[in-house]
Amino acid sequence: MRLKGGTSLWVGGGLVGLAIAVAVTAPLIQLTDPVMDANLMNAEIPPGLEFPFGTDIQGRDIYSRVVHGARISLTVGIVSQVCNSLIGVTLGLTAGYWGGLWDDLVSGLTNLMLAIPSLVFALAIMAILGPGLVSLLIALGLTSWSYSCRIARAQVLSLKSQGYIQAARILGYGDLRIMFTQVLPNILGPLIVIATLGMGAAILAEASLSFLGLGIRPPYPSWGSMLSEARDQINTAPWLSVFPGLAIFFTVLGLNLLGDGLRDILDPQSQTRRA
Amino acid sequence: MTEPLLQVEDLRIALAGADTTHNAVESVSFEIGRGEAFGLVGESGCGKSITALAIMGLLRRPLSLSGGKIILDGQEIQDATPAQMRDLRGSRIGMIFQEPMTALNPLSPVGRQIAEMFVLHQGANWSEAMDRAEEALRQVRVPSPERRIKDFPHQLSGGMRQRVMIAIALACSPELLIADEPTTALDVTVQAEIIDLMAELCAAKPGGKGGTAILMISHDLGLVANMCKRVAVMYAGRIVEAQVADAIFATPRHPYTQGLVDSLPRLGERARRGQQRLREIAGVVPSIASYPPGCRFNPRCPAVTDVCRSVAPEVTPLPASGIVRCHHHG
Amino acid sequence: MLVVLARRLANVVPTLLAVIALVFLLFSVLPGSFISGMGDDGRTTIDPQVMERMRAEMGLDDPLPTRFGKYVTHLAVGDLGTSFRTREPVTKLIGARVWPSLKLVFAAMTFAICVGVTLGFFAALKPGSLVDTISMVAAISGLSLSQFWFGLMLMYLFALKLQWLPSFGYGDGGLSHIILPAVALGVGPMALLARTTRAAVLDVLNADFVRTARSKGMSERLVVKWHVLRNALVLVITIVGLQFGSLMGAAVVVEKLFSWPGVGSLMVDSVFQRDMPAVQGCILMIVVFFLAINTLVDIAYVVIDPRIRYQ
Repeated sequence: MRLKGGTSLWVGGGLVGLAIAVAVTAPLIQLTDPVMDANLMNAEIPPGLEFPFGTDIQGRDIYSRVVHGARISLTVGIVSQVCNSLIGVTLGLTAGYWGGLWDDLVSGLTNLMLAIPSLVFALAIMAILGPGLVSLLIALGLTSWSYSCRIARAQVLSLKSQGYIQAARILGYGDLRIMFTQVLPNILGPLIVIATLGMGAAILAEASLSFLGLGIRPPYPSWGSMLSEARDQINTAPWLSVFPGLAIFFTVLGLNLLGDGLRDILDPQSQTRRA
Repeated sequence: MTEPLLQVEDLRIALAGADTTHNAVESVSFEIGRGEAFGLVGESGCGKSITALAIMGLLRRPLSLSGGKIILDGQEIQDATPAQMRDLRGSRIGMIFQEPMTALNPLSPVGRQIAEMFVLHQGANWSEAMDRAEEALRQVRVPSPERRIKDFPHQLSGGMRQRVMIAIALACSPELLIADEPTTALDVTVQAEIIDLMAELCAAKPGGKGGTAILMISHDLGLVANMCKRVAVMYAGRIVEAQVADAIFATPRHPYTQGLVDSLPRLGERARRGQQRLREIAGVVPSIASYPPGCRFNPRCPAVTDVCRSVAPEVTPLPASGIVRCHHHG
Repeated sequence: MLVVLARRLANVVPTLLAVIALVFLLFSVLPGSFISGMGDDGRTTIDPQVMERMRAEMGLDDPLPTRFGKYVTHLAVGDLGTSFRTREPVTKLIGARVWPSLKLVFAAMTFAICVGVTLGFFAALKPGSLVDTISMVAAISGLSLSQFWFGLMLMYLFALKLQWLPSFGYGDGGLSHIILPAVALGVGPMALLARTTRAAVLDVLNADFVRTARSKGMSERLVVKWHVLRNALVLVITIVGLQFGSLMGAAVVVEKLFSWPGVGSLMVDSVFQRDMPAVQGCILMIVVFFLAINTLVDIAYVVIDPRIRYQ
């Protein structure tokens, strides 16, 4: 989307930077131990001086839990997105490059993946593997590679049609070298954009799965699991739902804005017109 | 001497940049008489297309009309309201564009796109309008017009699409037809047909009203000189020479025009002159933001002197109401 | 035109078969998880002999191709297996839930289209204006929202605090119950539609044929009505079709949040109860629905865009 010029980039970058900073410095800036420090005497206190975000039903400080949750959510986002990109690029690059049966296979697989909503797929995998961080990473890391695959493949095909690859072959370059030195630099831009936006999607997906009780389970303070705990107390302690949700919102907003801003720079062909 | 149909005086078109504003077109003046074919020639980027858009009132941000007068049939229209311009467009001034494929709505049958003119300007209902559209197609010599009116643009060849565009532009018998590079995107064999068609349709009809004047815009000097009575040559936003067509070829006065005429390949000419290579004009057209001071052609001019680099040349009148803008006109 | 249509429809079949195969493989390649999973929740213990009998009953010891064959033949007659939990045919379980899910998804999409396309459209007509900026800020915020969190906030505000709307359940199927879940679900697609419509309309407004239309002396209103709308529509329909997919995913969570008796919440419950046939059935149902929508979108394309008709 178009805010004035590079506003998206700076605001988005700022938000993401803040989220990363919080995640990295979590042990330093949190007030209490987010998992262990549960004092029933402090149960369900609204936000105030001692507990900036209030406390939950077990007397844990919400602020510390949100801060710690940044670690979990960002880790999940980054790891799963890296995984998806690796898979997607490898498959897409090779499919476009070698063509033939392999291309048919990969294209068929991509169509298949796109036919199943990714959250549903992730849910199915979690059903088989059971809840927990590892299965969550597997589920999220294996279900969203279609976009990067498509882009990588399209790019290879476009380069092919322009003769770059044939020229490199004539020069005696080996396949791998061509892929790394010719094709990869060209897809890097759109890939980074997809990865950034995908991270936002991954964080939202993790929140959904944890909310359902299938991802990170309580007492670990992923933002999603905090929301699932908060839901029953919505009437008596609404602040439990507000802060983790806002954390998710601003982080994903930052990633979306950053992705948009990056798209302007790195992927001008997909740019929408300004006026 | 009857009043000219179109008078453009001292036209200036501004291009608004991020920080500064440049004049894309400056001091452009010319006249077109009723029923007369007038040619405007220049390389890409010289401002001829936006001059045409300015006359039609179709300039959009960041371009805008910033000075000068446009007088149609004695009335000034450069400050006309959008509603007044809308009345003019289509009914009194028609326009055809360079790329017929993208200039037609891909989702609408061509017959309907022609019929729109009748519904808009002559209050016809759709059924009448479609009949008249069929007739219009016949007039532009599209075969089987009764079938073609239902076709979509992508089903027609480039030449036929341009005929459709001509049918649209001339549907309401406008007084002026502006043709912006109408044949550039077409095959060479088709170009001549289209030009002939235009000339025929715009000619004065015996016993009827006078013909349609044509403002023919092109980078092809040969094409323009053949069709038009008078020709103006534009360079970097200014008109550098204007003469009767024959004179432009026989006695080009501006070094740029001379370069253009020289670079036209003519059969046997080079052999006669003992030349081996095609002549070209050295250098490239300057961008709007970096117009050179003084005469804008000076970096590329074979006859350049110091005065050219610092002082912009004034307009020098030539016989038969021609003009030239050069310190050293030949 | 019919040829193109038939071709499009034919493309769906291999995808459908592949999905069936995939779902089957996913749930059968780890046979142990089926049975042993049942005893895994720590609360019940199953007699190993009973487990053996169940394995034999479900034919889990047969070779893979045989099992697949049986699975497909069952599917062909609409038999999705028997639920572990309720011992009822899965088809019956899902059957009761299809209509509420469909209602919810369509309500959400209607909301998304009405609000999103309108916003995007007016934003494009006045680019750079206040309307434009506000719409686009709203759009990107909508994309960044966690739909269930948004639903939770809506629930808090409108149902609990203001008490204007019920906070959960299907109720009598009336309007008041569906509003909150539909809005919560629809806000994501709404945002994307707003952005895409804006881009599509801007693209069309700057197109050559619109310039031709203006050169004919048409008022801007007529230009939009006769030339812009249909062309922008083509671009918007793609997004609507694609969005149905992600909507189905998000619907799962929103259904659970609002205790909406749809296929999604059934799926979640079944996952928790390790009711694998039900989970399989739900996934298949969702995918079939998604593919059906995509096919409809394809058909709509062929109807609207004459360029495709004659390929």
